[in-house]
Amino acid sequence: MAQSLFEKVWNAHAVRQLGNGQTQLLIGTHLIHEVTSPQAFGMLRDRGLAVKYPERTFATVDHIVPTNEMTEPYSDALAQGMIEELRKNCADNKIKFFDTNTGQQGIVHIVGPEQGITQPGTTIACGDSHTSTHGAFGAIAFGIGTSQVRDVLATQTIALNRLKVRRINVNGKLRPGVYSKDVILHIIRLLGTKGGTGFAYEYGGSTFDNMTMEERMTVCNMSIEGGARAGYVNPDATTFEYLKGRPYSPQGAAWDEAVERWKSMASDPDCEYDDVVEINAAEIEPTVTWGITPGQGVGINENIPAADEGETQSERDSIAEALEHMQFAGGSPVKGKKIDVAFLGSCTNGRLSDLKEVAQYIQGRKVADGVQAIVVPGSQVVSQIAVELGLDKIYKDAGFEWRGAGCSMCLAMNPDKLIGDQLCASSSNRNFKGRQGSPTGRTMLMSPLMVAAAAITGEVCDAREVFGVGAAVTV
Amino acid sequence: MPSEPIKQVAGTGVYVPGDDIDTDRIIPARFMKCITFDGLGEYLFYDVRKTEQGEDKPHNLNDPRFQGASIIISGSNFGCGSSREHAPQSIMRAGFKAVIAGSFAEIFYGNSTNLGVVCVTATDADRKVLADAVEMNPQLEITIDVNDHKIWFGDQYITCDMRPGARSSLLKGTYDPLDELLEGAEQVNETAAKLPYMSA
Repeated sequence: MAQSLFEKVWNAHAVRQLGNGQTQLLIGTHLIHEVTSPQAFGMLRDRGLAVKYPERTFATVDHIVPTNEMTEPYSDALAQGMIEELRKNCADNKIKFFDTNTGQQGIVHIVGPEQGITQPGTTIACGDSHTSTHGAFGAIAFGIGTSQVRDVLATQTIALNRLKVRRINVNGKLRPGVYSKDVILHIIRLLGTKGGTGFAYEYGGSTFDNMTMEERMTVCNMSIEGGARAGYVNPDATTFEYLKGRPYSPQGAAWDEAVERWKSMASDPDCEYDDVVEINAAEIEPTVTWGITPGQGVGINENIPAADEGETQSERDSIAEALEHMQFAGGSPVKGKKIDVAFLGSCTNGRLSDLKEVAQYIQGRKVADGVQAIVVPGSQVVSQIAVELGLDKIYKDAGFEWRGAGCSMCLAMNPDKLIGDQLCASSSNRNFKGRQGSPTGRTMLMSPLMVAAAAITGEVCDAREVFGVGAAVTV
Repeated sequence: MPSEPIKQVAGTGVYVPGDDIDTDRIIPARFMKCITFDGLGEYLFYDVRKTEQGEDKPHNLNDPRFQGASIIISGSNFGCGSSREHAPQSIMRAGFKAVIAGSFAEIFYGNSTNLGVVCVTATDADRKVLADAVEMNPQLEITIDVNDHKIWFGDQYITCDMRPGARSSLLKGTYDPLDELLEGAEQVNETAAKLPYMSA
């Protein structure tokens, strides 16, 4: 019978049914970091349990690392304690750790793919909700809690309910200046922040066929913002081309076998889905969030809704709460909102292609007076290649601060934080109240090029107009 | 070692209004710089409860009438956002035993259930009836009957729902799955042996 990739991967990794009806699911690859793993190692020690598959476990440090003063000991003693705890746990349990001195450290969802650890047809878990990123490779990847990190360390499995699969077809060509970030913000706007509950999202259609791996990762990354615990794209030639020759990719004869196996894991053409959604790529605008959930987004030329535009009382309450926090008037244009900070980075948009795309437009431009603009490469590898290409110089000349690799201001567990009610144009993934480190701080999510345009003009604007995208410049 | 079965949860309630209460709201990231979960209860809903100067804001969670509550009543998509178990850990460590919401985000739901924090859903209309009753009488005893899908308060009840796996685990005291997962070790090895990438 025809099957989706999700079903094939699930069936290949299902160990058995548990007493409560859940499935004991084998996790092929376990990624860990400093924030959600220390308690799990503690629980293992308390129970006298060993790590079952240390060779299938990979660690990096990302959430708490400073991006400017990176010499240890860190000024924040708690952060220093966390990196040391991870170092010790990895050493004690013989787990590969991409530490800060390896040249390979970075955000866990950027390190996995760039090292070739993330592979099609596999299951991946990590104590971080953006683990859905790895689905870009045709893996089924789950964000898990710390007790489940413990479960994976001790048993290499988790207890899980099987997900339904929603196929999201996006067909056609994205217009110039519209990026994969806009695609996922558009999808979340359409389907809502809880629309994906109980589903894995399978993204397909010609728009996805034509995307690079890094673009696919941006979309899969934010599946969780739409409530879907996992999101994936079927593996194809683009996937294999990306993985070939990476440090942990299969080599020689094993490579050819792996590619054949990976091809066979893709969804069968006539498989059935629990739901199908169709989206026309040409209708997607550069999208910006105006509120406090990722679903509260509008096209750059639209107005922010007024509270009375909500269809239900709870929607009206949500809009009112968001407008109050954001200090925006209902019905006002999203364009023209004055920003204080521009953040380019995160597991959503901190990859080399993001930094390259923006760099070609900002040469000869300057960040607006009074705006702090920071660029945080997603990994040391991204940073190193960017420096070799001279991108750091382009950013610095334009007035951006060029930082070290990490999660940084996406969630502000390191010193990079908004102050007071600063408004930030951000290429990250969450605009929750307080997300960027200040309880009254305000976040507007958008594509990297839209962040750069806001940095340069000092306000939220249409990057296509600022940079003449689609006219003089070839994308 | 199975935990104590959880057949019902009883206590007083507190209403935390709003949909999409995300895990950053439940426990802001700055309080996750820790290597144990001890003490997290103190920071539950910190920015909802406190001003930037650390003073109490007017909120049900600060209202003396609702002190001692052990059941949170809230909106839809409760616990959305990050996978941080710090969120249900802080709820549990602040003395809460259950959350009644319109719906829950998936990862939060699983994390909570693993800790024995009971998460049940009820309709908007029913939650409003319950929240109004709690507002009228903060000392109102609420009883969530896990087996029976009912939330009793005073002489009335509303129906509630929970995922089948969660219900069965709570009733059997097997909501922490580690022991059962460990028992499957041999089958885990067999499954792994069939996967080239795991046996290479």
